Amino acid sequence: MPLDLDAVRGARVNRSAADHRAATLTTRRSVKKEWQAGWLLRAVTMIDLTTLAGDDTDGRVRRLCGKARRPVRSDLLAALGVPASEVKAAAVCVYHALVPTACEALRGSGIPVAAVSTGFPAGLSPFATRLTEIRESVAAGAEEVDVVITRGSVLRGGWERLYDEVAGFRDACGDAHMKVILGVGELGTLANVKRAAIVAMMAGADFVKTSTGKETVNATLPTGIILARAIRDYFRATGIRVGLKAAGGLKTARDALSWLVLVKEELGDAWMHPHLFRIGASSLLADIERQLEHHVTGRYSAFHRHPMG
Amino acid sequence: MTLAREAPGSLVRKAFVNPDYGPAPESDDFANEWLRDGQRGFGHFIGGRWTGGEGEVQETRCPADGRLLATFRYGTAEDIDRAVASAREALPGWQELGGHGRARHLYRLARQLQKRSRLFSVVESLDNGKPVRESRDLDIPLAARHFYHHAGWAQLLPDEFPGYEPVGVVGQIIPWNFPLLMLAWKVAPALAAGNTVVLKPAEYTPLTALLFAEVADETGLPPGVLNVVTGDGATGAGLVRHPDIAKVAFTGSTGVGREIRRVTAGTGKQLSLELGGKSPFVVFESADLDAAVEGVVDGVWFNQGQVCCAGSRLLVQESVEEEMHDRLRERMERIRVGHPLDKAIDMGALVDRVQMDRVQGYLEAGEADGAAIWQPSGPVPEDGLFMPPTLCTGAPVSSSIVTEEIFGPVLVSLTFRTPAEAVALANDTRYGLAASIWTEDLSLALEVAPAIKAGTVWVNCTNLFDAASGFGGYRESGFGREGGREGMWEYLKPVAGDRGDEGATKGPTRDPASDAVPPPPRNRIDRTRKHWIGGAQKRPDGGYSLTVTDPAGTPVAEVPRGNRKDVRNAVEAAARARAAWAGSNGHLRAQILYFLAENLAVRGREFADELIRSAGVDRAAAGAEVRAAVQTLFTFAAWADKHDGRVHSTPFRNVTFAMNEAVGTVAIRCADRAPLAGVAGPIAAALSQGNVAVVVLPERYPIPALDLVQVMETSDIPPGAVNILSGIHREVVPTLAAHDDVDQVWDFVADDLSGDTERRSAGNLKRVWVDREGAVDWLAPSGRDGELLMRKGTRVKNIWVPYGV
Repeated sequence: MPLDLDAVRGARVNRSAADHRAATLTTRRSVKKEWQAGWLLRAVTMIDLTTLAGDDTDGRVRRLCGKARRPVRSDLLAALGVPASEVKAAAVCVYHALVPTACEALRGSGIPVAAVSTGFPAGLSPFATRLTEIRESVAAGAEEVDVVITRGSVLRGGWERLYDEVAGFRDACGDAHMKVILGVGELGTLANVKRAAIVAMMAGADFVKTSTGKETVNATLPTGIILARAIRDYFRATGIRVGLKAAGGLKTARDALSWLVLVKEELGDAWMHPHLFRIGASSLLADIERQLEHHVTGRYSAFHRHPMG
Repeated sequence: MTLAREAPGSLVRKAFVNPDYGPAPESDDFANEWLRDGQRGFGHFIGGRWTGGEGEVQETRCPADGRLLATFRYGTAEDIDRAVASAREALPGWQELGGHGRARHLYRLARQLQKRSRLFSVVESLDNGKPVRESRDLDIPLAARHFYHHAGWAQLLPDEFPGYEPVGVVGQIIPWNFPLLMLAWKVAPALAAGNTVVLKPAEYTPLTALLFAEVADETGLPPGVLNVVTGDGATGAGLVRHPDIAKVAFTGSTGVGREIRRVTAGTGKQLSLELGGKSPFVVFESADLDAAVEGVVDGVWFNQGQVCCAGSRLLVQESVEEEMHDRLRERMERIRVGHPLDKAIDMGALVDRVQMDRVQGYLEAGEADGAAIWQPSGPVPEDGLFMPPTLCTGAPVSSSIVTEEIFGPVLVSLTFRTPAEAVALANDTRYGLAASIWTEDLSLALEVAPAIKAGTVWVNCTNLFDAASGFGGYRESGFGREGGREGMWEYLKPVAGDRGDEGATKGPTRDPASDAVPPPPRNRIDRTRKHWIGGAQKRPDGGYSLTVTDPAGTPVAEVPRGNRKDVRNAVEAAARARAAWAGSNGHLRAQILYFLAENLAVRGREFADELIRSAGVDRAAAGAEVRAAVQTLFTFAAWADKHDGRVHSTPFRNVTFAMNEAVGTVAIRCADRAPLAGVAGPIAAALSQGNVAVVVLPERYPIPALDLVQVMETSDIPPGAVNILSGIHREVVPTLAAHDDVDQVWDFVADDLSGDTERRSAGNLKRVWVDREGAVDWLAPSGRDGELLMRKGTRVKNIWVPYGV
């Protein structure tokens, strides 16, 4: 949709109320026993298993893809009564250079490869270069592209500039699934987070994503709440469901449950699906595996009992 | 990837495919053990011992499933007698412990509440029906916080409240909605100040008070310091009426509060009442509407709406009405109602069938009045006293669901157009307990918060409480504060005879005048004295005058004989002047009072002569009284811009302003002991505070003060800010005492009529201060008067403003 500046500038966010909501959201809901195990498995299917390091190699990425195919030990799944075919990661997320390797490793699994793009993580390379980067990643087989916005546009109130930037990315993505990384930790205020999300959605984002994972502050529950509400408003206005991706800082099974509660409460059951909610994480899965084993055996588990991703 | 729509097989797979909420029960094993699986029968806790008494045995049941929790007894008059006697006996020892000694006990109670927090919260939820999340995260931690905070006041008492002492034995009656928390609000300050307590918990929810008594006993609270007598209203009435109770503190309905006001009238018992409310929840178009929606959830569906300060009256700006309602309905669909021990629910059970029926009755009445009643489609357990969250729109403002406290999960929504209309609607109620304002516009928030008549105003938040911040009402929501420094005053009284350093001199004596001023010649020009109402001298409505005499019985002059209509006119004049004077700044008020002092001093000799002639005092005493009057005017001129509020240290990221606000219209009944200073002084105090006054002059010696009108007329006092009536007190004071637009009465006479005034005040629950112990001597100004009077004439409003970007 075209940029609606009134909607952007009219967005109001009360920080203390968002913090209060975040603090009580998780105390209002408790997910225990079988439900907890089921929810954690659900969370596994929402994970974009991610490696975004300077020392990433083909071998490292292949190992991660193997983990994406079978994220949870089959004996545990059998004990939980869930077919192994139903449990796999949502995507594997890598830098452009590793896209071919990941595509190769995931062939036949139905798991898409997501490429971080557009000068990730700062996003300050020339615009033309960034568009080229998207096109090349898509050409290399990435079905999903995680793009980053120019945070300066938000900080300076350059909403038209931001809109044009994201619309340009959208165009370059073609049919690829576009997740727009807002870099919430660098936007200064929660109101800016909401405004940036609104602009990104208007410009064609399939997902809004909290962070690159490289900022000092990444995905927090209050920002998640604000993004969820922006998505809700956009759905109310257009009938289009935009997805939410929490990335950076989610390390424990408890974190995953908190985010699922957030999504269920603020967005509703329609979003409790990998099509509309993702978690970008690397170490989270290991903790979930431990909790699942604990559910099966009644004993607290250890990391080394689960295949490393 | 596709997920199967059907989910055969394991529960885990079902939850995987359809991530719904499963049961998340909090264990009640420890609670059942304590209750001996419903077999336990409790007596009263009196003098450190558990005693059965002869009272009727009653059951207390869990409102969610009806199961028997325990039995207890309704306390009898004998039980109350024994409890009060124990408290009296314990009083000296408790006071001798000193601040630090009491602080140790309060600290221990705080720690014990923490160490046994889960047992307390489970028992509370079983007994009351509230979600265990709330008792766990709010009730019990806040109760502990109150004991910590007040351990601190006990420690600091001698230094922070010099010249004050404990009241004595305190009778406390608490409600069923926050049983342990209300116990803490009452017991902690009372004990910190050095009082001993007889507490009566509500008949629906006696258990946590009994558990608390058990803990206090086990951990060494001296016997008799805290006594718990369980029972119903009759037990409470016995406590209120007991002659050895020095103070009654009550939280509950306005109806019962009114009755307690009447019963305690004339007894000299101190009283604090925390009563009902119909608190406005004001949403401006500049609000974060999603935040406001969550605020509503916390505001009116907290504790199933059984909250005295529930934000039950939604006032939403017309421009965002539809959007607000849409968002609200969507949110209401996600509210989960279920067993209080389920950790994944938002609302538990209502406390009792009686309460459930009452709420249902309101809904039926509202519907009959034309309101649209909306409830979400989500499941509500069929057994037990459960009710879904309810939104009422389109109700006429006259409907009982708009005007009355429902005390259930029912929100009534109205609209407004402008900030001024929002304030007017917010204040269009007999209550004044709390308000919540939602806007991102700071200027708007700080304009509206002081304008709403309520003891607590939450800006962009709601239902926040803390021990450091006083809580209490305006209007028919009661008087007195609980929490903070302001709450401590409720359990203290001025030490008789100790009036601060300057008050050491005694007032002048009233020997027959040795140096009397000769009476005016017989053919003098007739002197006409009138009432002063609305800035004009007015003849008495009845057309009658009174002849007043000097102490020797010689007629001195005629004064107006005030009647009901004069009172009405004076109160109306005061009401017209009220808002502007309350809104004036302290510097202006100070200037006017200094000017009044200046003008009085200029005519000092004349006033001294009149005191000698009409009140029969000697020259020295007359001169002293004029000087005292001038000095008092200076004192309150000084205070006018110095009665600062505070910023409370509440443990949230917010600023909690405690503002001292004028009470409004003060009726002042003056005594003959100080015919000039005893009139000028209270007037000065009232004006200094920003109050407007209706003054009933000393009955016998009204002349000097009637002459003071001429001085006031030349001192820039706005018309109506002060209104002066003379006459026979029995003919005018009862009308004032009963008047619904009088906010407070100060009575410096303290006789039988004072009790009558207290009784009549129950109508609108105006605050009444009868200075029975002579805390203030207008003839001998003391260093303590300023602080005392400024406090008496103002009330603390706490404004909570959280912040963050």
